[in-house]
Amino acid sequence: MAVYIKEATAISPQNTFGAKVLPEEPATYTDVNMLRCIEPVYRDFIDPMVARRMSRIVKMGVCCALRCLRDSGIEVPDAIIAGTGLGCLEDTEKFLGSIYANEEKLLNPTPFIQSTHNTVAGAVALAIKCHNYNATYTHRGFSFENALEDALLQLAENPGLRMLTGGFDEVTPGSYEITRRMGLWKNHPVSNLSLEQYHTRGSLPGEGVAFFMLGGRKDAGDWAAIRSIQTFYKPASEAEVAQRISNFMADCGLKTGKPDLVIFGKNGDVTGDRYYEYVISGLLKNIPHVSYKHLCGEYDTSASFALWLAALMIKEQRIPSYLEGGKNLPRELNHVLIYNHLRGVNHSLYFLERC
Amino acid sequence: MPDSVFVTGVGIISAIGSDVESVWSSLKEGRTGIGPMKLIDSAYKGELPVAEIYASNKELLGTALPRVKNYYSRTALLGMIAARQAIVQSGAGSESLENAGLISANTVGGMDRTEIFYKGFMSDKSSGRIREAAGHDCGDSTEKIADNLGIRGYLSTINTACSSSANAIMLGARMIRQGKLKMAITGGVDCLTKFTINGFNSLMILDREQCRPFDENRNGLNLGEAAAYLVLESAEEVRRQGKRILGEISGYGNACDAYHQTASSPEGHGAFLSMKQALETAGLGPSDISYINTHGTGTKNNDLSEGVAIERLFQDVIPPCSSTKSFTGHTLGAAAAVEAVLSILALQNNCIYPNLNFSVQMHELHFAPVTGFKTVQGMRHIMSNSFGFGGNNSSLIFSKH
Repeated sequence: MAVYIKEATAISPQNTFGAKVLPEEPATYTDVNMLRCIEPVYRDFIDPMVARRMSRIVKMGVCCALRCLRDSGIEVPDAIIAGTGLGCLEDTEKFLGSIYANEEKLLNPTPFIQSTHNTVAGAVALAIKCHNYNATYTHRGFSFENALEDALLQLAENPGLRMLTGGFDEVTPGSYEITRRMGLWKNHPVSNLSLEQYHTRGSLPGEGVAFFMLGGRKDAGDWAAIRSIQTFYKPASEAEVAQRISNFMADCGLKTGKPDLVIFGKNGDVTGDRYYEYVISGLLKNIPHVSYKHLCGEYDTSASFALWLAALMIKEQRIPSYLEGGKNLPRELNHVLIYNHLRGVNHSLYFLERC
Repeated sequence: MPDSVFVTGVGIISAIGSDVESVWSSLKEGRTGIGPMKLIDSAYKGELPVAEIYASNKELLGTALPRVKNYYSRTALLGMIAARQAIVQSGAGSESLENAGLISANTVGGMDRTEIFYKGFMSDKSSGRIREAAGHDCGDSTEKIADNLGIRGYLSTINTACSSSANAIMLGARMIRQGKLKMAITGGVDCLTKFTINGFNSLMILDREQCRPFDENRNGLNLGEAAAYLVLESAEEVRRQGKRILGEISGYGNACDAYHQTASSPEGHGAFLSMKQALETAGLGPSDISYINTHGTGTKNNDLSEGVAIERLFQDVIPPCSSTKSFTGHTLGAAAAVEAVLSILALQNNCIYPNLNFSVQMHELHFAPVTGFKTVQGMRHIMSNSFGFGGNNSSLIFSKH
C-alpha cells in the first residue's frame, strides 16, 4: 500500500517556506558553524499575541503545520503526528537555568509548559480545534520516521484519513556548545556548499521543520507516493547496511531492481559518510545519487527535509543543480530511494514513487 | 477481524515496590509510596512529598546488569529493571528479542544527569563531564534498555507528556494487530528530577500533603518515579509457544482536548472522546467496563474534568473508579504503563484498588471513588485513563482472555 503526499511545507535554512517549485538558487552560508532557519512572517499564521509567548521552534513548528493545512485546503486533519529529536530546547534551557539562578524559588512556569516535546502538536491542535489523534515521537534519528510510521499504520487501517505529519528540531547556542564538545561538529568554520569537500571529522549542525499532508488514496495533484519506509538500529557493519538496503528495495517490489535516484544523508563527517561510500561503490554503483545536508545541516529529523525535497523533485520531475554529487542525472524520477543515518546508530530508508 | 493482542509479561518498579509481587502487596495492604524526599536533591526536601524509589542509582545498579555504567541516567536504570522483569515473565528468548520492538515513553529523558551537568555549564561552557549531558534526550534510555536486553527489531520513543506510555502501548498493539511485530515491549519510565518538581511547583499544582484524588478538598498532585513495561504478543505467537496470557489489550483511544496548553476543558471533551474511542475499538458498551483506573491526579482541574467526562459517557451506570496515584504518585511518562500493569493485576486477581485519602465527595459529581480494597466477581474489562499537557488524552481497555 502506498501513502500519498498531498502537500508539504518546510521551514529550513533554505528559501523553502510555501515553495511549490524548487528554489532556483541555494542559500549560501560562508564560514559558519551552524545553519539556522530562514524564519517566515509568523503573523500571517499565528496571532501576534499568541506568538509572543512562543519560543522560536514552537512558532516555526506551528506556522509550518498551519501553512501545510492551509495549502492542502484541510481545516481539521484526522491526526497530528510530530517527530522531534530534542523537543523544545530553548525553553528547556531557560527553565533549567531559572531553577539554578533563582534557587528553585518563584519560577515562571511558561518555559516549563512549553518545554515539553508535545508542545508543537498540541499548539497546532489548539489553533485549529482539532480533537483527533495527536502524538509526538522523540527518538533521536528515528523521531520523524516513528511519526511517519504511525501515520502509515493508521492509513493502512483507514485510507480515507488525512494525516498531518511532520518533524522539527532546533539548534540553540547552548545545544551547539554541548554537541560540539561531544565532537559532533567540525572544529573549523564551514561554507555550507562545500560541506562534503573538507574530508575531516564532524559535520555542520542545522535545524528545520517540515510538515506533510498524507492520505491513503490517490488524488490528482499529489506530490509523490511513499511506498515504504524502514528504520534499523546499530548495524554491525557497512555490509549489513547494504544487505538491509537490498532487502528493502526487493520488498518494495521494484521491477527494474534499481531506483532512478538515491538521496543520501552525507553530512561531511568522514566517520559517518563511510556507510554511504560503501553502498555507492557497491550495491548502488552506477545509480545517480545526490545528497542534501549542505542545504539544511545535520539534525535528528533532517530526513523530513530530504522527504520534502524528494517529493518536490518527483512532482516537478527536476533535480536542481545545487544538489551535491549530481552526475549523469536521470531524465525521469519514477522511483527515489532516500538513505540517511544519524551517527551510525539510527538508519532510515524511504522509498518514493511518482504518482 | 484484526489479530488479538495479548499481554504475556509485566514488570514494574515504583515507590510501592520494586517488582510485581511487592507492588501487589502494597496495593492490597493499602500502603502508599508517597513520603518525604530522601534521595532527590531539591530545595523542597521536607516540604513536598513525593513517591520516590528509596534506592540510589548505585543500589539500582546492583539489581540491573553488568555493562551498565554508573553515569547512566536513572531513567535508563529504572527502565532496564522493569523491562527485564516483563521479559523474564513472558519467557522471551534472545531470538524473539532480536526481532521484537521496544516502544518506550518518557517525558524528560536523562534530565537527572543533565541537571548535574548544566549547573556548572551555565557559568562556564567548558565545565562538567560531557557524558552527563549525552543522555539528555528521550531516546537515550530507550536505546540503553534495548542494548541491555538485546532488543533490535524496532525502536520508538514517545513523549505526549503525562499520557506518553498509553500511546506507547497503543502503538505496540497496533503494530501487532497489523502483523508488523510479533512481540512488542511497551511502557514507560520517568525518574524524579528538579526540573519536573520545580515545573509542577511553578504551576502551583503540587499538594503539600498526600494527594486526595476526587476529594472535594483535593489540593494537587504528588510527583513520583517509576518504570513499567508490558510484553505484548500476537495471538499466533501465544498459541505457537503455548504462552500464559495475563490479559488482552482490547481497546484504545487517543483524542486531543484542544482547550488549553495545560488545563483540561470543564466538560472533559478530550477525555470523553478518548474513552469513547477505546470502547468503540474494543467493541464494548459502557456497561461492559468493570472498573476505571482513572487518571485522577488530585488536581482541582483534572479530577473535575475527568469526572464530568466519565458521567457524560457512563451516565447512570458509573463503574467503580479509583486513582492509584494515591499510591504511586504521578509518575508522568511512566504513569499509564504503571496503571496498565496494575490493571492487568486487577484483572488477574478480580480486584479493585482503593483510592486513598478520600473523605468528601466532590459536589459537582454524582459518584465517589472506591475507598477500600475490593474483590469482585466477574471482572471482565478495565479502562485506564491517562491525560497530559497539550490536551493529549488517551484511554486503554484491558480485558480478561
